[in-house]
Amino acid sequence: MSASPAVSGSLRNRLVLTLIGGAAILALLLFFTVRSYAARVAQQGQDNILGASVTSILDAVALRDGELEVDIPYAAFSMLSTPSDDRVFYAIFQDGELLSGYDDLSATNGRPNGEWVFQSGEVRGETIRQVSASRTLVGLGTRTEVEVALGQTQDALAETLRQISRNAAYLGIGFFTLVAGLSFWATSATIGQLNKLTTSVTRRGPQDLSPFRKPVPREMAPLVSSLNSLMGRLDQSLSQSEDFIAEAAHRVRTPLATVRSYADATLQRVEKEENREALRSMVRAIDESSRAAGQLLDHAMITFRADHLEREEIDLVALVRDLVQRLTPIAEMKDLSLTLVGDPVVIYSGDPILIQNAVRNMVDNALKYAPAESVVEIEVSQGTQAQISVRDQGPGFPPSEIDTLTRRFERGKNAAGTIGSGLGLTIVQDVAKAHGGDLILTNRKGKGACVTLSL
Amino acid sequence: MKFLLVEDNMDLANAIGSRMRLDGHVVDHAATLDDATAFVEAEEYDLILLDIMLPDGDGRDFLKRHRASHLDTPVIVLTARSQVSDRIGSLDLGADDYVTKPFDHAELEARCRAVLRRKSGIAKSTIEIGGIVFDPVAGHLIVGGETLSLRNRELRLLEFFINAPGQVFSKQKLADRLFSYDDDVSDNAIEVYVARLRKHLERSELKITTLRGLGYRLDHVS
Repeated sequence: MSASPAVSGSLRNRLVLTLIGGAAILALLLFFTVRSYAARVAQQGQDNILGASVTSILDAVALRDGELEVDIPYAAFSMLSTPSDDRVFYAIFQDGELLSGYDDLSATNGRPNGEWVFQSGEVRGETIRQVSASRTLVGLGTRTEVEVALGQTQDALAETLRQISRNAAYLGIGFFTLVAGLSFWATSATIGQLNKLTTSVTRRGPQDLSPFRKPVPREMAPLVSSLNSLMGRLDQSLSQSEDFIAEAAHRVRTPLATVRSYADATLQRVEKEENREALRSMVRAIDESSRAAGQLLDHAMITFRADHLEREEIDLVALVRDLVQRLTPIAEMKDLSLTLVGDPVVIYSGDPILIQNAVRNMVDNALKYAPAESVVEIEVSQGTQAQISVRDQGPGFPPSEIDTLTRRFERGKNAAGTIGSGLGLTIVQDVAKAHGGDLILTNRKGKGACVTLSL
Repeated sequence: MKFLLVEDNMDLANAIGSRMRLDGHVVDHAATLDDATAFVEAEEYDLILLDIMLPDGDGRDFLKRHRASHLDTPVIVLTARSQVSDRIGSLDLGADDYVTKPFDHAELEARCRAVLRRKSGIAKSTIEIGGIVFDPVAGHLIVGGETLSLRNRELRLLEFFINAPGQVFSKQKLADRLFSYDDDVSDNAIEVYVARLRKHLERSELKITTLRGLGYRLDHVS
């Protein structure tokens, strides 16, 4: 009955994807920023030490008798020692000419006066960081330019960078995991509000068209308010059609009641047998039509309710006891006694209106077919299943038809003389099926029928 | 018994009224809720038959007011709807029972009897005639100081006779009133019940006479 709606995408997936995608990009950005910043700081550290070392060498350069004298201080190299045993290259140039050291380092002829010039390069297949600085020495009549270049391999720096990268990666992954978790939580919390609304719509009984009163988040208020207005319109049109059915039934049944009452009264006065027979046929026809109309409506109501089963805890014994009280006057007209036997209380979760209607049909049948002054026994029992049985002492079911009697408009061959629509047992069976139960027709050993509604 | 019939359809009201008078009842008719209220204030009734749809309101509102003012006249609702929930609704509002239109008068009578019996003490409608005391509501018959419990059909049959003493009832006429129209009635069914009644009335001054070819009549023999 309810068509499933066309689905385009998923809010949850969209939200989760957006949030997680964003988190991934942020995490990568974080990683690269931290790493590049750390690399810069580490490089600056190495540069400062190299610079200090060059400066201390440069300070040790002196002109003695026109000769250049360099006494490289021990500290100049010891300050460069690293845990990775990086190698250090040096070169001293005088006026651009290599004076001492490795010729792999080149002079820069750069800026004077101790200012550091840094460059990265390659020496003997290894990446180095090189710093050079120069100084002008003035002697007696001489003026010479000394430049000191110092290179250091970058193993320690690379190791530091690796460590920092690893930590930055951990930081990024941690951040990503945290945000991803948060986004799942936030999505579930948001979708949860929608689910809550869905559940409360689904849980409603078929009759419940009252507006939603529970507070919802502001963003959902428009949805709920249009839902409420839809339900309001539905409720109105339902109650209109209910009023219409009530009015229609009233208009049809009132004149029928008039005819029946007059026919009944006239029958008391008329003497001629052929007139009496005509009046009897009239009354029978009226009874038949009103019964059929009633059962067709009941059947429609039951089909509707069975689709939206509204279960509640009921005491089947109390329900049947009410019915027995209600039907006792009818039973008395035939001097039948209705007896209720079985367990004192049988609690069952089902639709009371459906079950009442089913049992009513079962007892109605028994009252119709039971011979006068006999006993109709109703048993309510709680075995593995809740069961309601109605037993009479009538003719029983024709054995050849026992399987087909629950079909719509199907009546037993021996029911020709009695008024009925053939819907009674169909209704009982529908109610049984709606509750996941069964209707069992059997004939009793002695005489009579037994109808069991097993829930 | 005295009935108040609240029903706006004049045809139906007349039909029900004439049918009930046949059984020896007194019926007042109100076509609106206002009239009904006025009747209830002025008179005492054994039973109220109440239609639900009335021109000046819902019969259930009348029922509510009726119960709120602590009047305990039993009310049987005449409803056109067969939905169980509707029936339950009117019972919850204080109706004692309901019948669905169109209804069988024998059923209505049976329901009235059951309702009055449940509210025992309200209607004391015993009839004393020819040395018997007959209580049609309780179904008791006192003959010669002995209380007999009558079965429903015996009781109704006796009621037909007592309501029209001296009248001759054909077998067919009695059968039509005693059995429902869809019962398979054998020819001697009435004879069985008449025989039983005769046995109950043995020690009284009442006698059911057979008029060959015509039927039965209740006679008072002193």
